[in-house]
Amino acid sequence: MDTVLDIRDLTVSFDGFIAVNDVSTSVRKGDIHFFIGPNGAGKTTLLDAICGRVKPAAGSIFFKDCGDVTKLAEHEIVERGIGRKFQVPSVFNSITVYENMELAAEKKRTVFSTLFSKLTQEQTERIEYVLNIIGLYEKRFEKPAVLSHGEKQWLEIGMLFVQQPEIMLLDEPVAGLGRKETEKTGELLKEIAKDCSVVVVEHDMEFVRDFASTVTVMHEGALLVEGDMEKVQRDPRVIEVYLGRGGE
Amino acid sequence: MLEISAKIKEYFLKRNMVISIIFVLLCLAPLFLSDFRINLLGKFVAFAILALGIDLIWGYTGILSLGHGVFFGLGAYCMAMYLKLESSAGKMPDFMSWSGLETMPWFWKPFASAPFAITMAILIPVLLAMIVGCLTFRNRIRGVYFTILTQALSIIFVVLFIGQQAYTGGTNGITNFKTIFGFSLSDPATKLVLYYTAVVLLLAAYVFCKMIIDRRIGRVLVAIRDGENRIRFSGYNPTAYKVFVYAISAGLAGLAGAVYVPQVGIISPAEMGVVPSIEIVSWVAIGGRGTLTGAIIGAVLVNSLKSVVSESFPDIWSYFIGITFIVIVICMPSGLVGVYRQIKEVWRSSLLLKQREAAVKH
Repeated sequence: MDTVLDIRDLTVSFDGFIAVNDVSTSVRKGDIHFFIGPNGAGKTTLLDAICGRVKPAAGSIFFKDCGDVTKLAEHEIVERGIGRKFQVPSVFNSITVYENMELAAEKKRTVFSTLFSKLTQEQTERIEYVLNIIGLYEKRFEKPAVLSHGEKQWLEIGMLFVQQPEIMLLDEPVAGLGRKETEKTGELLKEIAKDCSVVVVEHDMEFVRDFASTVTVMHEGALLVEGDMEKVQRDPRVIEVYLGRGGE
Repeated sequence: MLEISAKIKEYFLKRNMVISIIFVLLCLAPLFLSDFRINLLGKFVAFAILALGIDLIWGYTGILSLGHGVFFGLGAYCMAMYLKLESSAGKMPDFMSWSGLETMPWFWKPFASAPFAITMAILIPVLLAMIVGCLTFRNRIRGVYFTILTQALSIIFVVLFIGQQAYTGGTNGITNFKTIFGFSLSDPATKLVLYYTAVVLLLAAYVFCKMIIDRRIGRVLVAIRDGENRIRFSGYNPTAYKVFVYAISAGLAGLAGAVYVPQVGIISPAEMGVVPSIEIVSWVAIGGRGTLTGAIIGAVLVNSLKSVVSESFPDIWSYFIGITFIVIVICMPSGLVGVYRQIKEVWRSSLLLKQREAAVKH
């Protein structure tokens, strides 16, 4: 399969503390790629570096044929096709679900175009399509305040999906969700992976086991093991740092 | 024809009832109020334009500026320069010769033209806001830090305008105007025209703001208020939007200043200070932030109250206003418009309940 994202020798440090240490990995097209590891392993920082929230001290991140994205501003990286979801569901509470989707769907995002342009037929159809996938079509005219925690998570994932990114970065999308909702989120990710690659940082091992196609284990800022779930689970180093400590 | 009248009815009576009532009242006010009161009301209408600008940036976008007095003042000074030159018949204004100037400074000269002065009254605040906005928002200065910065801006301008007495009239400001476009300012007819001009400009400002918030950009602004990070990672550049809304609100403040000066007859640096700037925000808070109607109601109501109370209780009026502000902020955080909406909601649901009960009985 083709590589979408290629991370080379990436190092991120905060005032001397090295959060990500010389990590090289790649994400393939259509993969659901999980990054797991104990707290402080540098998973979230890695996502932050990809989406431009933190600037790396060294190394580069190549995305498709766009070249190195580490020099770009956040909104420019989004324009290239990288979508990011944060750990805490962050949707816009004072506007309706549909308007939330509308903001995400529009590709022209300058002051001028938000003043004058309207959504195209195609975009409206796509919003409705995504609203159906995430199961919020019935609630599209409600404000997100009335949604459950899980529905907010799906709305935010939907907002990413409607942007039509090539890769989606999700930070703990099932944290705080019940088993049923977790299951539904997993199915949603499978559906999304038909169109784009998905990178997930997660602690829920059952969720990882059920839905991962590739797993990367990180430990203290460095890459420990990479491969499919079975290979990772058998690796003695992984068992020692993570699973062995009752990481279930 | 029926369809059109139905549409008009729908638009003005149902969807925009409150604002329609406000404008009808403002238009009819001269029939009931004395010339003196109308003059005051005209001043409040100018304040309402200013409040609309504050509402755009604070109510909708969540950026608190406590330095909008500067933009208001700049607009007012531009207009005052024109009025001053007109009343001194093109010669050097009196205060300049008192300060020992021999010739009129170059930047005063073009203000003899009314169109130039009015354009500058809006353009200068817009440009200043764009410069300040670019420098601060680009460096991601926000929240309290931005607010403090705007206060500093206000202090800088007050000091500057007081210090440059020969060019600005110093602490006294610019006053003693006689005519506007050749009409005497003391003539009641001129005053009435000025009042109606203010009302029309308020309507125009309202329609303009309404246009902004009803379009997609309005949702982007609200989104910046609710979650700046999220909107950034939805691919929008918040800096551009913040600079835009800051510039627009500064332009409205400048316009308000230009409307204010001919009616009041004086502009001094006191109007640009921190205290008046905070007052503007309090009007919007009392009226209801995040609603344009609230901003207008707040500006007109608070100022009317202020002038009534200060006439009756000249010693204690400022305490009274202060207490009102505290009570409103604590008891009705979404302002008067918020209370109105709550009452409407309660009324509607009780009506629904009655209908249901009636249906059950049958």
